Amino acid sequence: MAELLVTRTSLPLQRSLTRRERLDLPRRITMLSAGLVVFIVGMLLVFIGVRGLTLFVASGVPITDILSATWAPNPDNPPNTFGLLPFILGTVGITVLAALIAAPLSIGLAVFMSEVAPAWARNIIRPAMEVFVGIPSVVYGFLGASVLVPFLQHDLRGLGFTFGKSWFAGSLVLSLMILPTITSIAYDALITVPGDLRMGSLALGTTRWQTIRHILLPAARAGILTAIILGMMRAAGEALAVQMVIGNRVGIPFDPTKPIAAMTAQITIDMGNTTFNQPWNQALWTMGLILLLMSFGFVTIARRIGRRATRS
Amino acid sequence: MTARLRADRLATATLWAIAIAVVGLLLTIILNFVIKSIGVVSPSFLTSAPSGTELGGIGPLFFNSMYLLALTLLINVPLGTLGGIYMAEYAADNRLTNTIRFCQELISSVPSIVVGLFGLAVFVTTFGWGYSALAGALALTVFNLPLMTRLTEGAIRAVPADERAASLALGATKWQTITRVVLPIAIPGVVTGIILTAGRIFGEAAALIFTSGSSTPSAFDYGYISLTDPRSPWSPFHTATTMSVYIWHVNSEGLGNFVAQIANGTSAVLILTVLLFNLGARGLGRVLQRRVSGA
Repeated sequence: MAELLVTRTSLPLQRSLTRRERLDLPRRITMLSAGLVVFIVGMLLVFIGVRGLTLFVASGVPITDILSATWAPNPDNPPNTFGLLPFILGTVGITVLAALIAAPLSIGLAVFMSEVAPAWARNIIRPAMEVFVGIPSVVYGFLGASVLVPFLQHDLRGLGFTFGKSWFAGSLVLSLMILPTITSIAYDALITVPGDLRMGSLALGTTRWQTIRHILLPAARAGILTAIILGMMRAAGEALAVQMVIGNRVGIPFDPTKPIAAMTAQITIDMGNTTFNQPWNQALWTMGLILLLMSFGFVTIARRIGRRATRS
Repeated sequence: MTARLRADRLATATLWAIAIAVVGLLLTIILNFVIKSIGVVSPSFLTSAPSGTELGGIGPLFFNSMYLLALTLLINVPLGTLGGIYMAEYAADNRLTNTIRFCQELISSVPSIVVGLFGLAVFVTTFGWGYSALAGALALTVFNLPLMTRLTEGAIRAVPADERAASLALGATKWQTITRVVLPIAIPGVVTGIILTAGRIFGEAAALIFTSGSSTPSAFDYGYISLTDPRSPWSPFHTATTMSVYIWHVNSEGLGNFVAQIANGTSAVLILTVLLFNLGARGLGRVLQRRVSGA
């Protein structure tokens, strides 16, 4: 209504528009700036897509190689196989374990902040989370390499653990990194649950925990799920922090205490050692393309969950 | 009845324990770096050049981080503000607007290493700039521009409709209204957004390894000013390894005997800077808010 009124007063209806008004340069220029992102996504798809497919198109590597477990890319040691399965499974494995560690803690913290915490505690945790979201991921990685890995290697020996750089170390570092992200988004989902639901439940004589478990968590389920997916997305795409702590040994992952490889880490390591347009190098671009498609998949899932939540 | 209450107490205790453990853990992380960087971080650490034989400093890397931040903001603040104006003031509910929003979401999900590959393919090799600050800044633009656009849009949307109506009623054109009435009111929100994205730019590493470079720079000759010669530190074409990239670089290559001290010191500087950005954003936002609201 207000919008309508505004548009009418802004256009002098008596005279026809001047050339300058018809051209409406401000509108066009701002539209161009806003639309730039569409162009960028297009370029991203074209460049990563084309280079990611050269391995199969130009170098004639069969596309089924992706699902092979053998990674033998060095041209000095033929025959070459470009099996990407270890890296794909590695990325998935690290991400899933990280989410398993981080999700319960973050959701617990989010519930604490929205339902249990006194105001002073909330006033400490909220800004603290903002700062922790902002800590660069490379710092988390260095922390893992300099504190966590030595700890796993030496200080846990008494408990029977002797492992350092590993799948588990990678997941632990990532879980620390995505903890603040999941907490913030899950907290936002919890506080948007209408207060009536809480009061209605409590008025029926339930305890706070019963209200949390049977009313609040189900009501905020979509938001919490989105939080976990966004956290996993961040974990799957992290390169340097992961590369510093997982040991980067190529093989099908089966034991969390053993070193593991991941797509992001392998790109980081090999990109500088390989020559451009060599199949080894092309395989790295293929990993990049897989990562790009994976992240688009995450967005699509998050969108679908969000849409279902608003509909119900 | 008592079982119910006991479960409630147990849950409350567990939630408190989780909160204390997580916040404690995260605070320990910060303390870890602060303590380890005592005796390392000093004014000379921030200004002198890296050295192979002694502790040295991170002067050129600190400079590069600042340079890259400035260059990225120079590209993104104008473009992001214009884009935000369109999305808040002009965009209709049509296919173009939906496509823009969808692309903004997509970009926010792209792993930074993939953005780095994109920068390598486009700016470093196709444009032939080599590893350069400009290639790095443009790679950062890929995910910073949509973020800036969204933040500006939010700030502009928060301006009350009355302000616009009053301006238009006085005979101002739409563009005059936007630039002289709406934008000044939205500035606190925009500035806060800029500072928060600045923290992200500062900490980014994976997207920069293959775009602005990861080699250890020698001492910079700040007196040599040129905008085209890559040997001048002021040129956007100079190889610009940043602090974040350097932490990864020294740690994975194990250069020299002071790897741990240097990486710890640099991490502390990074964390402190991000902290300052955060506090700055809050403080400045509050001050500007007060000035604009005329109190």
